[in-house]
Amino acid sequence: MTLVSIAGLPAAARGDLLGQFLEKFGLVIIGLAVFAAVIGLILFIADKAPKRGRDVIQLLLFVAPAVILLAVGLVYPAIRTAVLAFFDARGENFIGFDNFVWMFTQPTILTTILNTLVWVALVPTISTIVGMAYAIFIDKSKGEKVLKSIVFMPMAISFVGAGVIWTFVYAYKATGFEQTGILNQIVVWLGGEPQQWLLVPPWNTLFLIIVMIWIQTGFAMVLISAAIKGIPTEIVEAARLDGANPWQSFWNVTIPGIRGTLVVVVTTISIATLKVFDIVRAMTAGNFNTSVIANEMYTQAFRQGQFGQGAALALILFVMVLPIVIYNVRVLRKQREIR
Amino acid sequence: MATVTFDKATRIYPGSTKPAVDAIDIEVADGEFLVLVGPSGCGKSTTLRMLAGLEEVNDGHIYIGDRDVTDVPPKDRDIAMVFQNYALYPHMTVAENMGFALKIQGVNKEERAQRVLEAAQLLDLEPYLGRKPKALSGGQRQRVAMGRAIVRQPQVFLMDEPLSNLDAKLRVQTRTQIASLQRRLGVTTVYVTHDQTEALTMGDRIAVLKDGVLQQVGTPRDLYESPSNVFVAGFIGSPAMNLFTTKIVSDGLQFGTGVAKVDRDVVASATGGTATVGIRPEDLQIKSSGEGLPVEVDVVEELGADGYLYGHAEVDGQRVDIVARVDGRKHPNAGEKIVVTPVPQHVHAFDSESGERLTKPVSAPAGV
Repeated sequence: MTLVSIAGLPAAARGDLLGQFLEKFGLVIIGLAVFAAVIGLILFIADKAPKRGRDVIQLLLFVAPAVILLAVGLVYPAIRTAVLAFFDARGENFIGFDNFVWMFTQPTILTTILNTLVWVALVPTISTIVGMAYAIFIDKSKGEKVLKSIVFMPMAISFVGAGVIWTFVYAYKATGFEQTGILNQIVVWLGGEPQQWLLVPPWNTLFLIIVMIWIQTGFAMVLISAAIKGIPTEIVEAARLDGANPWQSFWNVTIPGIRGTLVVVVTTISIATLKVFDIVRAMTAGNFNTSVIANEMYTQAFRQGQFGQGAALALILFVMVLPIVIYNVRVLRKQREIR
Repeated sequence: MATVTFDKATRIYPGSTKPAVDAIDIEVADGEFLVLVGPSGCGKSTTLRMLAGLEEVNDGHIYIGDRDVTDVPPKDRDIAMVFQNYALYPHMTVAENMGFALKIQGVNKEERAQRVLEAAQLLDLEPYLGRKPKALSGGQRQRVAMGRAIVRQPQVFLMDEPLSNLDAKLRVQTRTQIASLQRRLGVTTVYVTHDQTEALTMGDRIAVLKDGVLQQVGTPRDLYESPSNVFVAGFIGSPAMNLFTTKIVSDGLQFGTGVAKVDRDVVASATGGTATVGIRPEDLQIKSSGEGLPVEVDVVEELGADGYLYGHAEVDGQRVDIVARVDGRKHPNAGEKIVVTPVPQHVHAFDSESGERLTKPVSAPAGV
């Protein structure tokens, strides 16, 4: 709530809101003060620690807050989820691998897993290739900043917001009515029949994927553009003098030069894509065979009350993400050895 | 192998009215080692990059052999360049770096390996062929950069301050290695440096640039003995030549209480009653008294066999710094007052307005 909008309200309501605002603000101040006090206390204790074992005490004091937060917010839920995956709907009875058996025998869940694989196959590759091509073509061009900003803009939009925007793009009105969706309007202009883009599998999944690509291309472009600028000019010039044409120079100098960034971009987008939820939730809610694992996990656990099955889906998602993260870390370490 | 010709070649950077390189005319003979030298920002690197094709030529022409390459892209010029920071491909091994140009040309694997090996032997790089540039020392990287150029067997070598990233000792070593290698291979070479010692020791001929304008082209001896203007006189030689403005008198130039003798007809062409006199530190004779320029000694740098005396004199009310070479063992001390006189045949005179040389070129002294 901003002060500007408060000004337009009746006096009583305004006073009330102002009071609320001050109350919230006061809470923030108190919170910050408590935080500062705790940190101060920790630093004080760390400083006054006995000489013997001071290093260990200081280490523990500084590491403890992070470890506690990680344990409460990450480690415990992860373990709890993993355990739940082997229990029944309400988490009361151990049922072994039944949830996984269910998962791989249900056609809808198999479609969900297949959809997720299609997402992760298409989004990172297309986003990265389009982003890289764009970064190369606008490199050192006039108005580079503006051209970059335009493509980067979708990154600033929440996935739900993007979902809503694209729902409008794909909107359908029956033939003869005025089209509100730009895509169908274009189809009509070209003399075609308006389509229900989000209803017909498997194409509807592709139309959802386009939204994710639209968002991630900007991310890929910005990182790759920075990496391209990081390649020393002399090396590119040396390649030109060595007789390389632009294509050879691209494969022999540019790609190796941005390899580390490419890996980071592809893996980061892959992880984001595996976890995709909002776009599907906002646009089709997973209906019409468009569900993905994260969406199905939510549906099972919090809509159907099937906590065991939801947890099993979460575990599968985790197992799919894990190798990408490990690969990412490995490549980064290797890259550091070359540089 | 080929000649290189700059024909009024000019480069004007976008957004600038003053040319970075202004109508340069240089002819480099086949197999010659030409050094482009000048202070930073004089356009020497731009000149080299124009020849490489990395910099546009706004006016004039550049020829390699008889071929006009002014608008030919770098890859089709058949030249190899050694960059200041070597510009090695970081992800390739030494062998791959050296063989890259051949790979692009489509030379088959065996011949490529053979030629890389030959160049590596020439440069003592054999043990490092499998390493990445990161795992090499500065001197080794420099040699790889040289190797990459040699393997190509190009028409012209271009070198852009290739020694400036090496430490002083290695620089002196590599300097001679490059010069002798170039003579052995006989490839026309254009070499850029800001270091006049490098220029004097390496070049067959030297081209001195200032503010994008060519000042003088000549052998190291030419430049040292008959600099064509005050700038070249002051730039070539270390320590620099003593230069100051003085009055023209009947048989030469006023030199303190004495006279620096120069031909009368030479001085006659000078504008106004003054000229700039130039004497190299080794061409000053030191006396304790008598006619000449009185100098107060500030400091003496002892270099072993000889030393340099730094002092100051007063000429027409102006303080003038004077450097003279002295014996390393026997020399005046700081604070002493002495008198210096020029060796007659080594007096340079320049127009005090235009800075152009007035004296005739000095011929090599007898007995040398």
